[in-house]
Amino acid sequence: MRKRNIKQVKEKTASWLYIFPSLIGVLTFYVIPFGFVIYYSLIDNVINKNFVGIENFKNLFTNSAFLIASKNTLSFSVITVTLAVVLSLFLAILLDSKIPGKSKFRTCFLSPMMVPTASIILIWQVIFSFNGSFNTFIEIFGLEPVDWMKSEYSQIVVALLFLWKNLGYNMILFMAALSNVPKDQLEAAEVDGAGAVRRFFKIKLRYISPSLFFVLLLSLINSFKIFREVYLLTGQWPYETLYFLQHFMNNTFKNLDYPKLSAAAVIMSVVIVVIIGVIFILEDKFGKDVEE
Amino acid sequence: MKRTSRIRFFRTLRLTLFFVWALCFAVVFVTPTLLTFTNSFMSETELTSSYGAVLGNVAGGSSYMSQDVSLKLIPDMVSFKQYFTFLLQSPDYLLKFWNSVILTLPIVLGQMILASLASYGFYKCRGKVKNVVFFSYIILMLMPYQVTLVPNFIVSEMLGIINTRWAIILPGLFTPLSVFILTKSMRRIPQAAIDAAKLDGAGDFKIFSKICLPMCKNALYSVAILTFIDNWNMVEQVLVLMDNTETQPLSVFLSQINTGEVGVAFAVATVYMIPPILLFLHGEESLVEGITYQGSVKG
Repeated sequence: MRKRNIKQVKEKTASWLYIFPSLIGVLTFYVIPFGFVIYYSLIDNVINKNFVGIENFKNLFTNSAFLIASKNTLSFSVITVTLAVVLSLFLAILLDSKIPGKSKFRTCFLSPMMVPTASIILIWQVIFSFNGSFNTFIEIFGLEPVDWMKSEYSQIVVALLFLWKNLGYNMILFMAALSNVPKDQLEAAEVDGAGAVRRFFKIKLRYISPSLFFVLLLSLINSFKIFREVYLLTGQWPYETLYFLQHFMNNTFKNLDYPKLSAAAVIMSVVIVVIIGVIFILEDKFGKDVEE
Repeated sequence: MKRTSRIRFFRTLRLTLFFVWALCFAVVFVTPTLLTFTNSFMSETELTSSYGAVLGNVAGGSSYMSQDVSLKLIPDMVSFKQYFTFLLQSPDYLLKFWNSVILTLPIVLGQMILASLASYGFYKCRGKVKNVVFFSYIILMLMPYQVTLVPNFIVSEMLGIINTRWAIILPGLFTPLSVFILTKSMRRIPQAAIDAAKLDGAGDFKIFSKICLPMCKNALYSVAILTFIDNWNMVEQVLVLMDNTETQPLSVFLSQINTGEVGVAFAVATVYMIPPILLFLHGEESLVEGITYQGSVKG
């Protein structure tokens, strides 16, 4: 009995040895400095180090740049997450059917993920600038040309690029879930005369709901990251509706305003943790009946 | 009889519709990449006359440019001149390309070593503390750059490595996505394989290197691909942690040449996307498998 205990302890210690190199790095570059971030968010500046409580947070919520960035990020997320979930599920359903050339289609849908954003920017500019192809196209139908990147539609142009790059990844997650739906249940339902649409909503959707939540979470988080595409398309100072949270952070980095920067990072991490928590709870509630 | 034939008719109709939809999406997904590729073979004059009105804007568009922009899939005349300019005449682009390589490769290699070790640790025995640590890795995996760059910046500043390559490489080694995927894939290794090796007297490291790693080959490859594309594509880290034109990777530099030298930009963009695309075409199966492991966060 004792011998076994010693062996277990030894095994445990050994397993920590493997984790150690990675854990040290994570602690050094992410976790410990995040402690500093929390500390900085509560002081007036790095020289005086006076404790000011929630002053920095209050300032942020009256900072117009931060508010605009938050609002834009939020509205962008709502557009893209909805589209990302619906469209990638649609693509997965297409590839789950018995159409010919499925693997070729999968390659096509997944390929944008592997194209560096910087390589594709030129084409987007050609298509969506004022003199661009899209305007030439809509003029055929007698519509007024729009300067897409500098209008209220600009978020949609960026969303298209974003979706183009991200749909494939989500689609793979959905495809894996769809292939796990038990075949016997589907066949039984078909014998009972349930049509394809009914089978989808009554059986498949139930089984893919865990993936649905995960894709939702992933798309939401990814949509918060939106910046790269905008930066490459429009540079440091985009049109107002394209001013996102990362833009705000970058500009604050330039001024080395640590308290402001830290307070913003703390707020965002709290928001993300809350979102993760909510989605996990939802998944627990609705995903349970299939896991048995 | 009548009913089955009707069902068959609807099934065929549905499949045809699905196929058409898939085809439309496929065209949309492939076109931008394809256009970039074919346009890289256009001569500068052809590019200026086709897109000058758009891309020349910032550089001060001159009058000879056509105002109508027409996307062209096939160049009027295939020319390799842009590639010649890019590869032989302007060392600047090659330098930036090299910058991308020496930022990306160390991160990919280091990640594979660190992450495979760590995931073996997470896989080997599970305890309360370890579950908490693993869960923190998941949270960190989901944090956007807006959050993680601030701690990265503070540490780099303290270590005095800000504005050097190390400021990007060191934090890049420890992003947790690969640990997550590899742990998931190790958990699918049948316990029997491990037990058998233990009976044969294999030690921990032997089990790790001779059983776990070979069995997770696909996941390892997939992690390598994902880490590669993520870092090949880096923008945010560079702007904040290494604001230095000389060591800038091509992923950031490309957006600056776009407006200046339209001709060569397509060629550079094409060369830049070739390594990840080749990697993708070679490792698509593994990549898909790896993404699938990410499927459910819990369990």
